[in-house]
Amino acid sequence: MPVIEYIEAIRLAMKEEMERDNDVFVLGEDVGLKGGVFGTTKGLQQQFGELRALDAPLAESAIAGVAIGAAMAGMKPVAEMQYSDFMFPATNQILSEAAKIRYRSNNDWDCPVVIRAPIGAGVFGGLYHSQCPESVFFGTPGLKIVAPATAYDAKGLLKAAIRDPDPVLFFENKKCYRLISDEVPEEDYIVPIGKAKVMREGTDLTVIGYSMPLHFAMQAAEELSSELGIEAHILDLRTIQPLDRDAILEAAAKTGKVLIVHEDNKTGGVGAEVGAIIAEELLYDLDAPIRRLCGPDVPATTFHAPGEKHFMLNKEKLKTAMLELARY
Amino acid sequence: MTHTGSVQRMHRHAELGLSDDRVVDMYKTMMLARRFDERGQLLQRAGKINFHISGITQEPSQVAMGFAMDREHDWFLPYYRDFAFVLSVGMTAKELMLSLFAKAEDPNSAGRQLPGHFGSKRLRIVTGSSPVTTQVPHAAGFALAAKMRKEPSVAIVSFGEGSSNQGDFHEGCNFAGVHQLPVIFVCQNNQYAISTPISKQTRGRISDRALGYGFPGIQVDGKDPLEVYRVFKEARERAVKGEGPTLIEILTYRLTGHSNTDNDMTYRTKDEVDSHRGNDGLPMFKQYLTETGLWSEEKEAAMQAEIRAIIDEATDYAEKAPFQSTEEAFRYVYAEENGEGEACR
Repeated sequence: MPVIEYIEAIRLAMKEEMERDNDVFVLGEDVGLKGGVFGTTKGLQQQFGELRALDAPLAESAIAGVAIGAAMAGMKPVAEMQYSDFMFPATNQILSEAAKIRYRSNNDWDCPVVIRAPIGAGVFGGLYHSQCPESVFFGTPGLKIVAPATAYDAKGLLKAAIRDPDPVLFFENKKCYRLISDEVPEEDYIVPIGKAKVMREGTDLTVIGYSMPLHFAMQAAEELSSELGIEAHILDLRTIQPLDRDAILEAAAKTGKVLIVHEDNKTGGVGAEVGAIIAEELLYDLDAPIRRLCGPDVPATTFHAPGEKHFMLNKEKLKTAMLELARY
Repeated sequence: MTHTGSVQRMHRHAELGLSDDRVVDMYKTMMLARRFDERGQLLQRAGKINFHISGITQEPSQVAMGFAMDREHDWFLPYYRDFAFVLSVGMTAKELMLSLFAKAEDPNSAGRQLPGHFGSKRLRIVTGSSPVTTQVPHAAGFALAAKMRKEPSVAIVSFGEGSSNQGDFHEGCNFAGVHQLPVIFVCQNNQYAISTPISKQTRGRISDRALGYGFPGIQVDGKDPLEVYRVFKEARERAVKGEGPTLIEILTYRLTGHSNTDNDMTYRTKDEVDSHRGNDGLPMFKQYLTETGLWSEEKEAAMQAEIRAIIDEATDYAEKAPFQSTEEAFRYVYAEENGEGEACR
């Protein structure tokens, strides 16, 4: 099975879906001739023409709003927000329109739109090229939200999102683009939305998270295993809305010790909801308080290197938190 | 009138390609909208319905807009005062009455949304929300889809003059201009956004904004439905020929408060409102039809009786109709049958 980069998995998912279905098209800033500022749409305009890899004016609400209109007309648009930091002008279109179209029309209309946005720090992007906006959208019924950590899941989830009859926010981690490579089948497959995946089996503590920080957890887990014989169980949520409750409860029950990890702020983040689900259902099965290791509650990371290093999660931070919990 | 030879001067509607029957239908639709609106106000004051928003004085232009469009191919993105517009593209008084009473059979939303939030896929009326102007980029999206599929469809989207200050107006116009999309942007300038007059909304002319986006902007008198029909017909022809969007600003005046919850006497005078009562396009249109020999007081009386019966029946039906059950009312957050996976609730 070929090993490909996370970014290539995203590009291939769009290319293959555009080949499969003429109604699929991409639009966004610089997605056409240039192929996107990161290169996620490279070659699509050359293959599919200007309209299906459409360079939109620099106006995010229109990118989302036009995509929503086209989706209601029966197309399958994939709208790209250049950075998730810049998608806030489109928030009204996403929360007031896309999320509510099916519900408010009593199932008469639907809105099968995909909105892709790169999240995450660690690329010297400063305050406004680094944010994780999941919590702004999380908890809005009508939206589905996915955030893959691997190339395999990025491709399979993006294909599932494009084929999904409802609006899907696809948060891709820009740090993963070229850092993460894994085996991706050449044949067509999807990863179902709403299903978490066990990344690593273990019996001593459970780590639950999504996106880039899971790779730090995996590295820390290997060291804890070889150095101390501590075996971490790691659950990748993959979809953060709707959350896979069964998988969360199963993973938590397995070890009785839960560490939730994400780069988005701790306060009001996805982890708070995951923690609440466990507390509601499994409190007496726990052997330790639920812990969260998240981005600090500051507006965003800094541009300067020491600040960004301090802000970011990393293997050492994960290892410390995991060991502490294992020994609780 | 001077006749030259044996050539008789054509009536305005005939010159525009409107048959005698069609132009009479226009008048009947305007009057149906007017009587429906008046009944809505009455029902709200009587405590029978919880909300009413009026489009009174805007009916002649709204009906003209609807009659200029192609109901088979075009997409309609109305705003909340567009009762006459949606009537002119196929919605019935009974369906609108079900919406006023918020009943399950309401095709717009099964009573989930406030009245004035139209939508019907069958009639190609696109579902709308309350945050204003979000529908403008949607119209560009419908037009983009039509262009990509090479369909002869035009998206027509309306909004008020207050809304024209929203970013979505500008972003939607700009997008449609760049890609020469078949969209007609309709600003129904009724001089007030709730209490705020046009002078405090903008210093310029709304129609002039089209210049900034590279397509024509036209101002038209809302009291003259035949002229409104003409400019929409032309805009539609340009759009289907691939010549891009048009912005049309309809000049009108809001005679009622913003909605039943608004006391307009806190921000304007009765004298001001009364001075506009004479500018009602509806009796003027009746006058036109009478002068052309298409209308008479006998016909008027028969039509009024017919409309009265339609509205009485609709009111009676909608009042007795059931609400959506609370179990039903919270369905359809997501698709319930997903071919690619399990249903998501």
